[in-house]
Amino acid sequence: MTSQTQPRLHVTDETLLAFAAEVGDSGPVAVEGGRTRWAAGGEPTPDVRLVTAPTGIVDYVPDEMTVTVRAGTSVADLHAALAEQGQRTALPERGGTVGGALAVGENSVHVLGRGRVRTAALQVRYVSDDGRLVTGGGPTVKNVTGFDLPRLMVGSLGTLGLIAEVILRTNPIPAITRWVGSADVDPFAVLDTVLRPGAVLWNGATTWIELEGHGAAVDAEQQRLAEIGTFIEAAGPPPLPKHRWSLEPAAMRSTEQFGDGSWVASVGVGTVWCDQPQPQRQPDLGVQALGDRIREQFDPRGRLNPGRTPGSN
Amino acid sequence: MVGFLSSVKKRLRLEPGASSGDGDPVVAELRAALAPDRVRYDGAQRSLLSHDASIYDGGVAGPVCFPINTAEVQAIMRIALKHERNVVPRGAGTGLAGGAIPLGAPIVVTVTKMNAITEIDTDNRIAWVEPGVVNLDLTRHLEPLGFHFAPDPSSQQVCTIGGNVANNSGGPHCLAYGVTNAHVQAIEVVLPSGDVVMLGGLEAEPCGYDLRGAFIGSEGTLGIATKVAVTMTPNPPAVKTLLLSFKTVRDAANTVSQIIADGIVPAALEVMDQRITQAVEAYVHAGYPTDAGAVLLAEVDGLAESIEIDAARITEIGHENKALNVRVAADEAERAALWKGRKTAFGAIAQIAPDYYLHDTVVPRSALADVLEEVYAIAERHELIVMNVFHAGDGNLHPLLVFDAREPGVVERVHAAGDDILRASLAAGGVLSGEHGIGVEKQKFMDLFFTDEDLAHQNRLRQAFDPGCRTNPGKVIPSGHSCADIQALRSVPNEVWA
Repeated sequence: MTSQTQPRLHVTDETLLAFAAEVGDSGPVAVEGGRTRWAAGGEPTPDVRLVTAPTGIVDYVPDEMTVTVRAGTSVADLHAALAEQGQRTALPERGGTVGGALAVGENSVHVLGRGRVRTAALQVRYVSDDGRLVTGGGPTVKNVTGFDLPRLMVGSLGTLGLIAEVILRTNPIPAITRWVGSADVDPFAVLDTVLRPGAVLWNGATTWIELEGHGAAVDAEQQRLAEIGTFIEAAGPPPLPKHRWSLEPAAMRSTEQFGDGSWVASVGVGTVWCDQPQPQRQPDLGVQALGDRIREQFDPRGRLNPGRTPGSN
Repeated sequence: MVGFLSSVKKRLRLEPGASSGDGDPVVAELRAALAPDRVRYDGAQRSLLSHDASIYDGGVAGPVCFPINTAEVQAIMRIALKHERNVVPRGAGTGLAGGAIPLGAPIVVTVTKMNAITEIDTDNRIAWVEPGVVNLDLTRHLEPLGFHFAPDPSSQQVCTIGGNVANNSGGPHCLAYGVTNAHVQAIEVVLPSGDVVMLGGLEAEPCGYDLRGAFIGSEGTLGIATKVAVTMTPNPPAVKTLLLSFKTVRDAANTVSQIIADGIVPAALEVMDQRITQAVEAYVHAGYPTDAGAVLLAEVDGLAESIEIDAARITEIGHENKALNVRVAADEAERAALWKGRKTAFGAIAQIAPDYYLHDTVVPRSALADVLEEVYAIAERHELIVMNVFHAGDGNLHPLLVFDAREPGVVERVHAAGDDILRASLAAGGVLSGEHGIGVEKQKFMDLFFTDEDLAHQNRLRQAFDPGCRTNPGKVIPSGHSCADIQALRSVPNEVWA
């Protein structure tokens, strides 16, 4: 094989190697991002050494609808750069980093329009338990080469590897985004009326809908909505309460479970932001055992983000 | 590997009319657990299931099981575990990378009798299906409800949902809608241990690691899917299909890049070169122009108000890139005829030569035109005919090498050309496979794409699910990185299954 056919994957990147060296191969370690979801899945044990992932957008080709970005880059900075070319990603904008958003794996409030975080990462380069740089996935928008390690890394809270750099799928920002609200519409009927909303939010009294697309299409959807309720334009989504629940979409009809206080439900998705915390979800024991075996395989010495467990409150 | 397999074959004395397996305790236990007529051991059945739709032979099937429910799959797994036998799951066998080829005379678990759509949950927009449900049957079932299953591989008339999960299947409409991973929320899996687990879930963000995501695309190496919760996608109220013709493939490829750069994500963007277009037109008479160097099938769907705008812009971009003609399908019949042509392209080539080898790589969209030029040059160098029909929107190439296997030396040339195409795709920043998978076909190239460390980590995932590497051994991860697989294949006892 001639050198010109060397895949780009094997190109050495000094910045990433320096991060790998910083992580090293011994002692408990955790990555510090924006600390916006620091306690998700439990806080790291007090003995961890904190490291920070490298920053910066490495490569952005709008025509490919992909962006290569280092994990320490803030989602805000990434989205600002993408917006200049009329694009965005599925990552939530709440002040954190790209690596943190992926490691936590929580979807944006706009998930219906922007897609799930778990399908956003095309390639993940991470530092392993023994301080090596590992790559899973590939650079193209479609790829089934080998096992899908990027899926495993999203939502793993850095317990299987510390994310250093990713290639993300980008999406075009629609021409028009318009929020409308209604006090009399059946929120569950909205999805039968609006084909591809950005979000449908409901707090038991008011329903907010994010309409996106060409101006003519958004106008037409708003007219169709007028047939099922009384709508007025809204400034944006409502403020979201602190705690995050994860339910089946159909289970949100039973609102008494949210207890006293306010809540905002993402209709058609199953996420509810609530004043009350969600009762601890009980994972299936067999699935938990499988998860334990995966953690044991990827981090046999338990040095990556000890104290954190994906799925626990 | 080939020598090893042929020796296994000889040891097994695989030939039609071979013994019924009556004396084998494993076969007896399988028959007791399922039903005698659903554990087949005749030569014809074993010979049939030693192959899939790939050109690879070297497969040797052991007993062939046709379970009808999860409990039976679980029983098979436990019997296999007890006797340390390997297991290979199988759907319709339409895979093109050899993923379903049984290596080392494993128990073959064919899920085609598990073909019920068990629940339509409209509140959650989920359909629960068994793995043997045929892709197109599911979509037809959902149609009256106003929904469909978005992945639509060309084999959708026969391929199964279980196979789609194993291969993370795509299809023309995955450009806008995403591949199988984006449309599967939960999977009931029988693990190699015999335990049954539900991976993923219908909640917004299921607990724990995304084992659902890790399982999809694992080519049957992590366990056997027995139930799948798939997303029901609403049918778009309006669809417009455009046929653009160009003098050159490069003009078509440039049009595709510009459409994406313009912020339009059509439902599909498919390109066919002149040779395949001529073959398709002679086959289906859909009105494809046979004098154009390439045609681009562009489909936009959604609200009527949106697609008018997108279709007009695509037409403009086509003209900016020297389109010879832009035609909009006037009605559903014309649209269906155009798609029939695209989806039966691989059948159409039978008029040209009796055999074909369909490749599958992905390159960055911007590299499409250059890589295609190289593909034509590679074919010429190896004195082969190549046709190109591909998912242009996501850079997914499908070079089709057509040949007559009776011609001496041609198969070797086909393989050599295939290797060159893969290397050219990788050199352009591409990947080994977009939707067909690695199977046995591309294992030897995994080293070109991944480092040893990367492959070792993929093997960690495998080991967590299947520590004995007994489920579909010898696939995906090259043997040097998965020692247990080789041990599993070598552990076939002498004279077993004979």
